[in-house]
Amino acid sequence: MLAAAPFWHRAAEWLLHAMAISAVVAIVLILVFIAKEAAPLFYSHEVRGEVTLGKMLAPQLWPGYDEAASIWQPVSDIPKFGLWPLVLGTIKVSIVAMVVSVPLGVGAAVYVSQYAGPRTREIVKPVVELLAGIPSVVLGFFALMVMATWFQNIFGLESRLNALVSGVALAFAVIPVIFTLAEEALRAVPRSYVEASTALGAARWQTIARVILPAASPGIAAGVALGLGRAVGETMIVLMASGNAAIVSASFADSTRTIAATIAAELAEVVFGGAHYTVLFFLGTLLFLVTFGINSVGDWAIRRMKRKLGSAT
Amino acid sequence: MSVASVAPDRETIARHTARRTRRNVIADGALAVATGATLLLVLTILVVILFDVIRHGTPHLSWAFLSEAPRDGMTAGGIFPAIVGMVEMVLLMTLAGVPIGVATAIYLHEYASPVSPVTRAIRLAVANLAGVPSIVFGLFGLGFFVQFLGAGIDKAFFGSDKVFGQPALIWAALTMAVLTLPVVIVATEEALRAVPRELREASLALGATKFQTVFNVVVPQASSGILTGTILAVSRGAGEVAPILFTGAAYFLPLLPKSLSSQFMSPSYHVYVLSTQSPDVDATKPILYATVLVLLALTFTLNIAAVVVRARMRRRNAGGAG
Repeated sequence: MLAAAPFWHRAAEWLLHAMAISAVVAIVLILVFIAKEAAPLFYSHEVRGEVTLGKMLAPQLWPGYDEAASIWQPVSDIPKFGLWPLVLGTIKVSIVAMVVSVPLGVGAAVYVSQYAGPRTREIVKPVVELLAGIPSVVLGFFALMVMATWFQNIFGLESRLNALVSGVALAFAVIPVIFTLAEEALRAVPRSYVEASTALGAARWQTIARVILPAASPGIAAGVALGLGRAVGETMIVLMASGNAAIVSASFADSTRTIAATIAAELAEVVFGGAHYTVLFFLGTLLFLVTFGINSVGDWAIRRMKRKLGSAT
Repeated sequence: MSVASVAPDRETIARHTARRTRRNVIADGALAVATGATLLLVLTILVVILFDVIRHGTPHLSWAFLSEAPRDGMTAGGIFPAIVGMVEMVLLMTLAGVPIGVATAIYLHEYASPVSPVTRAIRLAVANLAGVPSIVFGLFGLGFFVQFLGAGIDKAFFGSDKVFGQPALIWAALTMAVLTLPVVIVATEEALRAVPRELREASLALGATKFQTVFNVVVPQASSGILTGTILAVSRGAGEVAPILFTGAAYFLPLLPKSLSSQFMSPSYHVYVLSTQSPDVDATKPILYATVLVLLALTFTLNIAAVVVRARMRRRNAGGAG
């Protein structure tokens, strides 16, 4: 007769199950607790006296200005919480980061997966992991101290810190994300695809461009999506290297302020529960929801690819 | 007109084929060179950063730098309190986060049905937790740990005193534990996946219970994966700044942190403060570079250690299966 499992085994397993839902609890708590601090924006009389969602979104005619404008000046005599300079700044910096990191990440992944031998791959992959392991504060430091001067000398820029420098530094953090997922996707393309293409008389480049890349495209798209999520939410690099001027400008050479950097720069100095505090938590909620959406798309693409390539082999 | 007259002769076909082959050879070469160049560029980024930090950081690096406190408004002295603060924070983070991460991975891989809604919810949560911006973790730490838990503890135990209801070592460590949870889960699960099914079956066939099989056979086999996850989590925790900005990091503290409710210094936060808020940039530059060098050396050592541990694990598993 088998002895029944002792009670403490079952207790331990029960505890294990309870601990396992911690990730779900964490993500729910994150949303609940940042949204809770942002909520007074919609009901608190005191907060709404200073700022409402409408005032943040629609350009306002401020005293001393000739026309309506969206302005972010939360600590001036008349606090102004116009969102658009920050949204535009976030978009600008992310565009630079993606324009730099997508070709580099995907290009390097194509080389490593299609041309390089196993030895090269064994060296390159850990080295890219090292690049991914550089703390963002170090990348921000490097952009601030070194790259900003280089860029200013090369391009003759007026402001040392701008969307271009911070975007390129941000790309350094995004490249490993895109490279890793793209390389995995490219390598997961079944050999039979390549053999069929070659048998039909396609050259190597034709096979890569017209068979392998399209087959791996969901995985590459996932890498790009996760990279974009990182770019939009990254804080320290842009905080240190973008110059943090909340201006509405189309030029990438101008100093720029992003949503994430605004939270980091301003939260330490606000009155708890005040209008500014509430608005910063609102920005955090916005950032959470946007990155959650982008990452969900990336996650969905990864699973789709696994299903697709899994059934093809 | 006969069909034969429009069909190309052999010579034309050969010429066309040769031209196409030549074009393809050139295009093949061009693609290889172009993609190879992007890889080189990516690797160059890493080398340039390393070279710059080592070149400017090493002259100021000394035993005194590692063992002294900052002096003269951060323009002299070392980073000893920051190193101590980081070690304490990372230890607490590991104690809080790693057991939960490992438990989640064990549940996901050994117990849960892969298609149950609970499993899918956990996987979705882990994937999205990994993508939450670090500054949002900072807001969460402030809103949940400091304002909610901390203030709640104060109200219950300390009356009107502010003890835990303010930024503190424990809150920063717990915030970082949540942030690094996905790192531990992913690494542990990968290790569990590599444990051969035969081991589980052999254990069950010998009459061991599920619990005994998981904890006496499977988990010991996966221990190097758990170690990898822990190392990567520590590396990440040591380098992040945004999550500790409002939850416990301090610009300068004359004393080392004494209790869980103390604030603490950290090399990563130190780098941020020195490079953006220094009153005398030229005087702090050598200190700044040396601090970056210490931080980078630490994270690289940890990451390389993780790579080595993982490579050894893979080799052993490959050998075991053969």
